[in-house]
Amino acid sequence: MPTSSFALTAEQELLRSEVRRFAEERIRPGVDERERTHEFPADILREMGEMGLLGMLVGERYGGAGFDTVSYVVAVEEIARVCPSVAVTMSVSNSVCAWPIYCFGSDELRERFLPPLAAGVHLGGFGLTEPGSGSDAAAMRTTARRDGDHWLLNGEKAWITNAGFAATYVVMAKTDPAAGSRGVTAFVVAADSPGLAVGEPETKMGLKASRTAPLLLTDCRIPAGNLLGQVGEGFKIALATLDHSRLGIAAQAVGIHQRATELAISYARQRVQFGVPIARHQAVQFQIAQMATELEAARVLTRHAAGHEGEHHGGRLASQAKLYASEAANRACYTALQIHGGNGFSDDSEISRLYRDVRVTTIYEGTSEMQRLVIARHVLRG
Amino acid sequence: MHVQLSEEQLLLRETVRRFAAEVVAPRAREIDESGEFPRDFFDRAGELGLAGVAVPDEYGGAGMDGVSYCIVVEEIARVCASSAVVLSVNNSLVCDPLLAFGSEEQKQRFLEPLAAGRKLGCFALTEPDAGSDAAALRTTARRDGDDYVLDGSKVFITNGSHADLALVFASVDLEARHKGITAFIVETDRPGFRRGAHEYKLGVNASGTTELVFEDLRVPAAQRVGEEGMGFKIAMATLDGGRVGISAQAVGIAQGAFEEALAYSRDRRQFGRSIADFQAIQFYLADMSTEIDAGRLLTWKAAWAKEHKKRYSLEAAQAKLFTSEMAQRVTSKALQIHGGYGYTKDYNVERYFRDARITEIYEGTSEIQKVVIASAILGS
Repeated sequence: MPTSSFALTAEQELLRSEVRRFAEERIRPGVDERERTHEFPADILREMGEMGLLGMLVGERYGGAGFDTVSYVVAVEEIARVCPSVAVTMSVSNSVCAWPIYCFGSDELRERFLPPLAAGVHLGGFGLTEPGSGSDAAAMRTTARRDGDHWLLNGEKAWITNAGFAATYVVMAKTDPAAGSRGVTAFVVAADSPGLAVGEPETKMGLKASRTAPLLLTDCRIPAGNLLGQVGEGFKIALATLDHSRLGIAAQAVGIHQRATELAISYARQRVQFGVPIARHQAVQFQIAQMATELEAARVLTRHAAGHEGEHHGGRLASQAKLYASEAANRACYTALQIHGGNGFSDDSEISRLYRDVRVTTIYEGTSEMQRLVIARHVLRG
Repeated sequence: MHVQLSEEQLLLRETVRRFAAEVVAPRAREIDESGEFPRDFFDRAGELGLAGVAVPDEYGGAGMDGVSYCIVVEEIARVCASSAVVLSVNNSLVCDPLLAFGSEEQKQRFLEPLAAGRKLGCFALTEPDAGSDAAALRTTARRDGDDYVLDGSKVFITNGSHADLALVFASVDLEARHKGITAFIVETDRPGFRRGAHEYKLGVNASGTTELVFEDLRVPAAQRVGEEGMGFKIAMATLDGGRVGISAQAVGIAQGAFEEALAYSRDRRQFGRSIADFQAIQFYLADMSTEIDAGRLLTWKAAWAKEHKKRYSLEAAQAKLFTSEMAQRVTSKALQIHGGYGYTKDYNVERYFRDARITEIYEGTSEIQKVVIASAILGS
């Protein structure tokens, strides 16, 4: 008997409807205000923690909800449909902080750091990117030097989502600067470690209610036990983490794409020009048909990749999902804004917010160009 | 959602892939050039159970599921798009409607040999002036005692040159437009049934595309499929399924072209290294593989929806729209990667490029798919 199904399971469907209700009731009100004022939605995140949405993939033993990865991308999609800023905050805490600690951490690290992350009492962050090393992550300059029972970290991490609000960071640093990517080691760094400071928040084109700031590490002192994995395994951990977190960003893009399509449909139905709703004009119908088709393609790629995470082709599938979903969501927001005409160009329109928010999805967690390199490496290797 | 081929589906893929490599691929270029209809391929496919993949055993089929059917069409199209459409038409456009709408007697008498591959079917809907607007067809069916008498002509009929049976759509009342359309299953050796000349085309050149002409073609009333006036509904429901088959064909064409381009990019050396070492080529390969995977998933989703949902017009139209346009882009890039060699007949990629073009046209153009999608989303 065939084992494939394109439907969500009953549990996944229940989760989806609960998250949608929460997003509409608790996140939607005030979303525009928070984007305008750059207010970080701390209360909302606490509630999401109580719902199990911040430790979705962490096992119950460590206070997590123990969801499968398909459930995770379904939940991120639903949050992003209402507020992409909250979605990225959620995705970062789950995917690039709790997840690598859960997968690569010692029992002691897991017991210490995971329960508060999973409960949403703590938020997580991820320190890989630096001012001079983006796509070329192995070119990082941050160092970690052993000092008795501690490590001393020095350097600057850039574009850190949740910086200042996170209590826990996974940070990559060079323990052997001459060894290239093999000299990178991963650490779990508590935000209150001596020598850790958060720089001035970035002002961004979109995702204004998510916090992005540099992490400044000056003889930042952390216990020797905060080593994640082994010395020299950091680059491998970073790549595995990004393979995983791309699923969250793909899901974020799908959520934005979904909302852009809904907005285009409802606007086209009510906007009357030439005596009929513009939805009656074939030009507009065809734009909507194209958006809806690409949305389905992005969604099946994302859920398919989530369902095969960790398998032989898992990395390729995740990069394909991230590449396609982010590019398609950008096209969809462009088209949806076009359908809105001048009204879409107004700051008051939801589509203009999504248009700004969606732009970063082809950039962070690996640019589209990096995804193509990853995919090409997989297909050429066979 | 979880997509994982079962043991049976994996075995089927392996079997069909071997059959395609041994039987279909060696003649693919030759029949593309000569236009010779691959009847021997169809006969052998029938022996393997590929002529009625999703038809239950009791009616001569292989009794497999819709995703299995997609696998069959994809694997054949991966080496020969002409052969794939021959198979797709027999499965989707003839077996399917007989199974769904035929009487028990029609199933025994007509579906069984079609599904077993002893007889070849064709689907006669399109006319010179009724393409996307199928309801404008002019072929008539006049009741005469226990018979109907059909008059008119059909164009672009795949398998038309060799079909033993034709599912013909004709009107019992032209004034009633689509409400007059009625379906008949007709033996092609009946007096009054004439095939036109071979249609020379840009691609899928061996698919036996011909005109069909009916002059006082007498068909027993027992060969009417469904009631009078149900034909348009039967045609539209059938095309939903046909679109899944064409989507699988488009995925197969794209996959075949992609594999040729991948191999070529490794072998071809320029500037002292394999062109696969250049980022430009790597990016083409990455985009191609991503879009093929997306297209395959959409196709399987539509096949799955056909079995699990009442209506799946939306899923089928989305799969067809996406995969056909994807195949266009992928085969174009595959040819580009081959450079000047790709433009010659020495390589297969120009054939894939030409064959992909029709997938955006038949079983409903991309524009018709968008009309279907928009009406499903916006309401008509």
